[in-house]
Amino acid sequence: MLQLFKFKGGVKPETHKAPSLQAPIAKAPLPEQLIVPLHQSIGGVPQPLVEVGQHVLKGQRIGAADQWVSAAVHAPTSGTVIAVEPRLAAHPSGLTTASVVIAPDGREEWIDRQPVDYHTLAPERLREHLRDAGVVGLGGAVFPSHAKLSAAKSVPMEELVINGAECEPFMTCDDLLMRERAEEIVRGITVFRDLLEPRKVLIGIEDNKPEALQSMREAVARLGVDFTVTAVPTRYPAGGAKQLIRVLTGKEVPASRRSPEMGVQCFNVATAYTAWRALAFGEPVISRIVTLTGNVETPRNWETLLGTPLGEFIRLGAPKPDTDRYLMGGPMMGFEMPGLEAPLVKASNCIIAGSPALFPPPAPEMPCIRCGACAEACPHELQPFELYWFSRARNFGKTQEYNLFDCIECGCCSYVCPSHIPLVQYFRFAKSEIWARERDKNQADAAKSRFEFRNERDEREKAEKAERLARAAAAKATEKPAAEKPAATVPAEETPPANAPVDADAAKKAAIAAAMERARLQREAAQVKNTDNLSTEQREEIARIDARRARAPAHQAVEQTDVAPPPAQEQ
Amino acid sequence: MLTAILIMALGAVVLGAALGFASIKFKTEGNPLVEKIEAILPQTQCGQCGFAGCKPYAEAIAAGEADINRCPPGGQEGVAKLADLLGREITPLDAEEKPKQLAIIDEHTCIGCTLCIQACPVDAIVGAAKQMHTVVSALCTGCELCVKPCPVECIRMEVIGESLETWKWRYPIFEIKRAS
Ligand code: SF4
Ligand code: SF4
Repeated sequence: MLQLFKFKGGVKPETHKAPSLQAPIAKAPLPEQLIVPLHQSIGGVPQPLVEVGQHVLKGQRIGAADQWVSAAVHAPTSGTVIAVEPRLAAHPSGLTTASVVIAPDGREEWIDRQPVDYHTLAPERLREHLRDAGVVGLGGAVFPSHAKLSAAKSVPMEELVINGAECEPFMTCDDLLMRERAEEIVRGITVFRDLLEPRKVLIGIEDNKPEALQSMREAVARLGVDFTVTAVPTRYPAGGAKQLIRVLTGKEVPASRRSPEMGVQCFNVATAYTAWRALAFGEPVISRIVTLTGNVETPRNWETLLGTPLGEFIRLGAPKPDTDRYLMGGPMMGFEMPGLEAPLVKASNCIIAGSPALFPPPAPEMPCIRCGACAEACPHELQPFELYWFSRARNFGKTQEYNLFDCIECGCCSYVCPSHIPLVQYFRFAKSEIWARERDKNQADAAKSRFEFRNERDEREKAEKAERLARAAAAKATEKPAAEKPAATVPAEETPPANAPVDADAAKKAAIAAAMERARLQREAAQVKNTDNLSTEQREEIARIDARRARAPAHQAVEQTDVAPPPAQEQ
Repeated sequence: MLTAILIMALGAVVLGAALGFASIKFKTEGNPLVEKIEAILPQTQCGQCGFAGCKPYAEAIAAGEADINRCPPGGQEGVAKLADLLGREITPLDAEEKPKQLAIIDEHTCIGCTLCIQACPVDAIVGAAKQMHTVVSALCTGCELCVKPCPVECIRMEVIGESLETWKWRYPIFEIKRAS
């Protein structure tokens, strides 16, 4: 039996998991419209690959990853793209994000799905494959998985931790996935294992999910792999990556380091499942299991297409009349959805219908009495009351001294605070302020160095100019005595003789014209290379500009004779 | 008596030499106070303070020749930071506080005169004579210096709105209730 470690703090809120566990996972019906945000993972914003009016197939890539840490997005069903525009995002801000809106045609026509045998692929290619299939961490953090699948060079990979703890109240999507599709999860874990080559694979599941534990153990035994399936004590936030790593391996990962540097890496069970589907079935990530629970008549887990608008999704559960809001994520770490038009995305693991009875309005905030309950509950052994004090006073330097960035925003401290202080909100506020300041600072530094560079260049140009003038003056001075000499000895470029023969002038003009013609031909021959990833709007604009260019041949003729340098730069 | 004088004189010479050596060896480039002030200024290089850039303004502040409340992009927060650094009084900003802006060239109207390129303090405009110009938005500091020189008035300033990347969590509203 594996020796388990403990993490400090934590809380035991009521789990509320039973209602949504009554029925197996069901497939959600096709919605009338799918709104697929292009940016559904941490990292770069994928570029749209489709245009309005274009017909897309189920699983067709509609947004390509634009850098290494980024993941592709795909059409969740076949249909027609009816818009590529900013739409309300599943985000607490209520802001919009670039999205592809698809009207399904109901035929569910797949792309040509190509299973790959991952053993034959080079690790590099395999990671690319996962990126292009849009595989990201489905626990809620949506970090692109391929970017986590390389071991640190200096530290051998000791443990691969698979997170099936699912500690948030209400949430049951991972539980049911493990019960029903354990074998595919285990196969997915095998892929991760082969890429990372850890010494041990540890699967952690909270001990309040005996069925999931059972089914995962059976799958492991059936497939004959030596993964350890471990029941971890039920205590929020045991499913936090850092907490689970701590419980299973005894290692603590500080905010300043990445877990591979400590020889451990952590993935969610649903991520392993989608990775396997992507490889063995050639299916990109176009759906996920979403728990619909809370104040609804029929709580249940639905396999839902990404991009399903919240409004259509909640109808599946028949919300009770007094429902006044919908939370995405759990009650501890989730946020209120900004509107019913916001779509479900890769990060949407759970939708909770809330009512005043279920989530009573928070009691009024009262002054901190320094009871220390928050520090006791904090799984990261932080001192939330100190952090609160400094965040509230906007003393951000101090908050960082007290390790604000180690806070995982689990909400344990707010949960226990007898003064009902929304501590996490203060921490989120402080973190985003610090990030904004960092951005401003970087921008200011860049602006400063560009400004200084520009000044330096100006100085240099001035000096060079003065030198040139001085040299020209000197040359003139030496020339004067030799003025009677034949014109041929005077260097032609510097002082063209006023009384030069007319045909020499004409020859020069012809040479310039020839040079311009050459340049023009070269321009035409050159392939435009940076227009592949343009949006439809940009393409239209280019077409308009080209038309304008074509209309102005007369203007070009004028240009040919006039080759004056830009004004003011040459005085 | 003489020994005492000699010892003191010797001490003075040695220490003087040490100090002289230290002042050469550990000489700091530039004025550290100016650098600290400059670190607070937003580096917009807009000249709205009346100086030709952030550095000259920082130097003037350090020399006690300028007030600390003349930088509109820095805002009231900048004034507070400067006051904190210099131990001066926080004074209200001597201008209107403006949100961050970005210059945008209407590319259909641009005649390619290069005047804005020469006005831009941070080289954020690209283009060539008689070719359309454009602003590299990531580099633009929003200083507005390019707006005036444009002979066809094709440059406008646009306020940079919030995006998902720059959105910030709001300060939680805090009310103290009397505990009774
Ligand atoms: S639990 Fe609340 S009241 Fe107690 S010390 Fe922490 S912040 Fe203060
Ligand atoms: S939210 Fe942050 S400070 Fe509060 S208990 Fe969790 S980790 Fe600790």
